[in-house]
Amino acid sequence: MIRIVKIKEKNSRQTFAIHLAAFLLALCAGGLFILMLGFNPLEIYATIISGAFRSKMAIQATIKIMIPLLIAALGVMLSFKMRFWNIGGEGQIIMGAVFATYFALFHADWPSFILFPVMFIAGLLGGGLWALIPAFFKVKFGTNETLFTLMLNYIALYLVSWLQEGPWRDPSANGFPKIASFGKSAVLPKVFGVQIGWIVALVLVAVLFVYLRYTKQGYEISVVGESQATATYAGMNVQKIVLRTMFLSGAIAGICGMIQATGSDRTLSTGVAGGVGFTAIIVAWLAQLNPISSLVIAFLFSVLEKGSSVIQSTYGLSTDCADVLQGIILFFVLGCEFFIRYKFVRDHKGGGKKC
Amino acid sequence: MKRFLSAVLAGMMTLSLLAGCGGSGDTQAPAADDTNTPAQAEDNGQAAEGLFPAVAKEDIKVGVVHITDPAEGSGYTYTHDLGIQGMQKNLGLSDDQIVRKINVDDSNATAIQTALEECVEEGCNIIFATSWGYMDYVEQMAEEYPEVIFCHGTGYKSNGTNFTNYFGKINEARYLSGIAAGMKTTSNKIGYVAAQNNENGEVTSGVDAFAMGVESVNPDAKVYVKVTGSWFDPEGEGQAAKALIDLGCDVIAQHCDTSNPATEAEKAGVFAIGYNSDMSEKAPGSTLTSVMWDWSVYYTTAVQAVIDGTWDGTNYFGDMKDGLVTLAPCSDLCAEGTQEAIDAVKDKILSGEWDVFDGVTEYETNDGQKVTLKAEDYGTCNWYYKNVEVA
Repeated sequence: MIRIVKIKEKNSRQTFAIHLAAFLLALCAGGLFILMLGFNPLEIYATIISGAFRSKMAIQATIKIMIPLLIAALGVMLSFKMRFWNIGGEGQIIMGAVFATYFALFHADWPSFILFPVMFIAGLLGGGLWALIPAFFKVKFGTNETLFTLMLNYIALYLVSWLQEGPWRDPSANGFPKIASFGKSAVLPKVFGVQIGWIVALVLVAVLFVYLRYTKQGYEISVVGESQATATYAGMNVQKIVLRTMFLSGAIAGICGMIQATGSDRTLSTGVAGGVGFTAIIVAWLAQLNPISSLVIAFLFSVLEKGSSVIQSTYGLSTDCADVLQGIILFFVLGCEFFIRYKFVRDHKGGGKKC
Repeated sequence: MKRFLSAVLAGMMTLSLLAGCGGSGDTQAPAADDTNTPAQAEDNGQAAEGLFPAVAKEDIKVGVVHITDPAEGSGYTYTHDLGIQGMQKNLGLSDDQIVRKINVDDSNATAIQTALEECVEEGCNIIFATSWGYMDYVEQMAEEYPEVIFCHGTGYKSNGTNFTNYFGKINEARYLSGIAAGMKTTSNKIGYVAAQNNENGEVTSGVDAFAMGVESVNPDAKVYVKVTGSWFDPEGEGQAAKALIDLGCDVIAQHCDTSNPATEAEKAGVFAIGYNSDMSEKAPGSTLTSVMWDWSVYYTTAVQAVIDGTWDGTNYFGDMKDGLVTLAPCSDLCAEGTQEAIDAVKDKILSGEWDVFDGVTEYETNDGQKVTLKAEDYGTCNWYYKNVEVA
């Protein structure tokens, strides 16, 4: 019989080899899928890469996809570091966007040096407070945070639907349920042709790296994550740490929402998060909860995303096929984590066999 | 002769560019907020004919942004894509000169922006955005990329240069389809599945034209309107049709994107008036006739203008005469004499003797007011004709 045994962490070289093998396998499996559809896999892969980099505008578009993904990944990373399963990035992004939208819609006449910081803080508060709800119930009543955060996503989403059909509906849209586009004064400026969010994202990467690695609070987060009992024994106020960290986690997601709405979309729509809050979870885990690595992973995801939409228009492949490709790659890359942490052992013979 | 002219024109433009009168920047009319059309062309020193330089046929790229997938085989997006394919055939463009973005949700700002930007990035000279909800984003893109031409179907915004609106007198065909419905109904209750309520002039003027057609042959019949609140909602459209049938309606007309109302009518054994594409293909057991668009008429003209360098930035509003708006032949299910009755009115429309909304005739609304409407101002129509009731 074959048993599964947890092994000690492999060294980084082995880990890298497994990751590489998984990636290559994913390309092969994806290639098979493309072949079945009647296309040349090499051509499709080349198009994905060139589609993401073929021109200045393509690169800008790739970066534009990366901005919300990276910021949201940084947000969920904080809570995951604490082993708090925050699946609510999506809702926190939306709430950040909702809060910021209030000022973009109704106070666009404020000078930008006041309006932008106010929108930023509003976004931060929106996401942070939304994340604080499940954290509060978790520490007070021990509710299941996975379900709680997940459900809050839908509440946030339908809140936007309600706003666009009701109180915030654009009166000039002939009855079409949408929120008006923001005035130019409420739209974040561009730097090098891409909305300023990329600078915010880079700053957040640095801040989070330092926060997690060099501050007392960052240390507390990892201790609580490893063992709440240890943390309590060490005299830490676990409740306070959980609440604080979840607020920060949501706040970063909220900033993401604010940037997406005011920097990119120029309005608030139900697609403001667009699944980014979920993809961010994968990005954070693949980056092994390291802010610097998440920069790289988020970038790779953006290339895939941008390239996929190019194969849609170039080859007439439906967008669903692009999603399948992404899914295959994720399946292998995430699946290989298993082989980094566990191994198969054959009973009786004693000789462990690595797969 | 026309080709010769355009070649000469193109040659002249190339020369004038070479002569150094400012390069391509000159031809990019400023994407300002002003909306007066003709003035722009004259300001623009060189090409008196068009606002943009001619593009060689082999170099032109056409972008199109669809709200759903044309592969559905009927309905709104399918019809628009037929138009694109027709244009491609008429002009002899190759497949890689058409950039399609499909399933672009009209309530997802990020998706709309990405799709439009990608069309620009692929090098499209002209981009057709087919759905109402794209309007504001197209407007923003047109400002950001003044060298690209953006055309928005339905809606009401434009800037007179590189952002234009296209639509047509679909109400002519709707009136005619009302004749078919009015002659067929026995319960004197006719249902109408509407995508939007009376805040939306496009839908509402369509309801009115249809109701007038009904009234012209059957003054006793009433038109019951059920609003789905979405341009594309397969389930909701079917449900609305069902509710109308339950109300006693025996003909179901529609202004929405899918053929579900017609199939729902078929299931219930009542009749239907299709929209966009000929729905007798999807629901042969219920479809009396279909109100249809032939978008290739417009798409061909528009792309040809870009190739010739004659793009003048005006909005397009086609009609039955142009062939943009058509009515499918009456099926065998229609009451006797329907085709003849329709043809008689159709001849008057084609000859220009009569039109649905002439801007002069006074109509009585269902809340007792007197109004007039010009076909071009369909967007302002927020009243229902006297025989219309909201279900």
